[in-house]
Amino acid sequence: MYRPRTVAVVALAAVALSLAGCSSIKKSGPSSANPPGGSSTASAGGSTTPAVSGTVTVFAAASLTGTFKTLAKQFEAAHPGVSVKLNFGASSTLAQQIDQGAPADVFASASPKNMQQVIDAGGASASTNFVKNILEIAVPPSNPGHITALADLAKSGIKIALCQPQVPCGVVAARVFSNAKITVKPVTLEQDVKSTLTKVELNEVDAGMVYVTDVRAAGSKVKGIPIPANLNASTEYPIAALRKAGNSAGAQAFVAYVLSPAGQAVLTAAGFEQP
Amino acid sequence: MVGFAFLLLPLIALLVRAPWRGLSKVLSDSQVLTALRLSLECASAATVASLVLGVPLAWVLARARFPGLALLRALVTLPLVLPPVVGGVALLLAFGRNGVLGRYLDSWFGVTLPFTTPGVIVAETFVAMPFLIVTVEGALRSSDLGLEEAAATLGASRLTVYRRVTLPLIGPSLLAGSVLCWARALGEFGATITFAGNYPGTTQTMPLAVYNKLETDPQAAVALSLVLLVVAVAVLAALRGRWLRGGATP
Repeated sequence: MYRPRTVAVVALAAVALSLAGCSSIKKSGPSSANPPGGSSTASAGGSTTPAVSGTVTVFAAASLTGTFKTLAKQFEAAHPGVSVKLNFGASSTLAQQIDQGAPADVFASASPKNMQQVIDAGGASASTNFVKNILEIAVPPSNPGHITALADLAKSGIKIALCQPQVPCGVVAARVFSNAKITVKPVTLEQDVKSTLTKVELNEVDAGMVYVTDVRAAGSKVKGIPIPANLNASTEYPIAALRKAGNSAGAQAFVAYVLSPAGQAVLTAAGFEQP
Repeated sequence: MVGFAFLLLPLIALLVRAPWRGLSKVLSDSQVLTALRLSLECASAATVASLVLGVPLAWVLARARFPGLALLRALVTLPLVLPPVVGGVALLLAFGRNGVLGRYLDSWFGVTLPFTTPGVIVAETFVAMPFLIVTVEGALRSSDLGLEEAAATLGASRLTVYRRVTLPLIGPSLLAGSVLCWARALGEFGATITFAGNYPGTTQTMPLAVYNKLETDPQAAVALSLVLLVVAVAVLAALRGRWLRGGATP
């Protein structure tokens, strides 16, 4: 009597279940880093169809979000008719996506290691280091953990967000901790540096290890606590035009623009150092 | 037929590319075992929480008559169609350290949910409970109210009616709903990583571990996916058996 109805309801729920599954898979794909890139594409008025002539697709480390949006706009202004499509994420994620055949023309990595992965897989022949970045401790403006120095991160009861150990910002943070001979137990390992920073901005953690450029870009939303130079560690950022680029000329031109004095000026102004 | 191939091919690819030889090594990895144990525990806890909170709600939705009921029903099923990541953001704004309710949890009780195992359970319950509610509510609405009334007129107390009439009537749906809810909780990714973060041992469940391993050790990611696939098939098998039996005893 009630059974067909029950089955129908369960079937409906099962459909919804698979739908819900879809959306979480979508999240785990390249689109996890898409909102910034997507919005910049929209503002540039570019078409969303990938890699025909006129569109340069750039995969860039999350820490390059602000600067590469600026660079893309300037590049578009300098080359009328060309639009730059940006995709930001952890360099380790992006390298893996490129190796799996993601349609990228340019890769800008926050670590030579992830660039090497792409080169080893035949995705690029050579790369050029274009900037260098160092770390800083980011705390919420109210500094709930009363953190004033690196050693405070080792205290118990302090909530710390770090990048995952395979993500460049996680690698560099581990080197800083080893330089300072402290052991830090984080509460979460985030996918990329921007999501680490977000946890600090939301005041959900007491501190996060991010790049100096992220602290500067966040403005008043976080407070930066510098790390002494003798304990700090840095990472170099390589950039390469990819071998399978659908828009090879565009890729070369964008790389050249990033390396040009105008491009370097944008990066330096954001706090990046010369490599 | 194309649709069938489309649905099945990725699963077959998973089986074909699975590192069968290295499987035992991957599955004995302590981080993997931790993630698996955490997943099973959290999904089960989320199912219990859903039963406790969801069944009374399903009863209200099925039996109560008051203005705004349709709206309430729509709101209850919202997490079914809401992207889980959005759910995670919403949870953060509600129960986070700065959240609408979370700030009082923190300052009054010293309880903070994000980045804790209970946080994972909260995220999973939020996403999975509607599956249970929808299933149970459907069963309650279609079950014969006359039977309950007959029992009551024959002198059965409300508790007896509930225990001897209502529960057996909706029993199969209750179980099916619980299994669906559990399976959804087990696969939860978006809300968990957004609200509870990602740390091995406390909040890194299997789907998070799969995502993480795909970058560092793709073989292990495939092996872990295989485990979740086996669980999913087992769930389907269990549900099917229950439906058949449910049909045999109307």
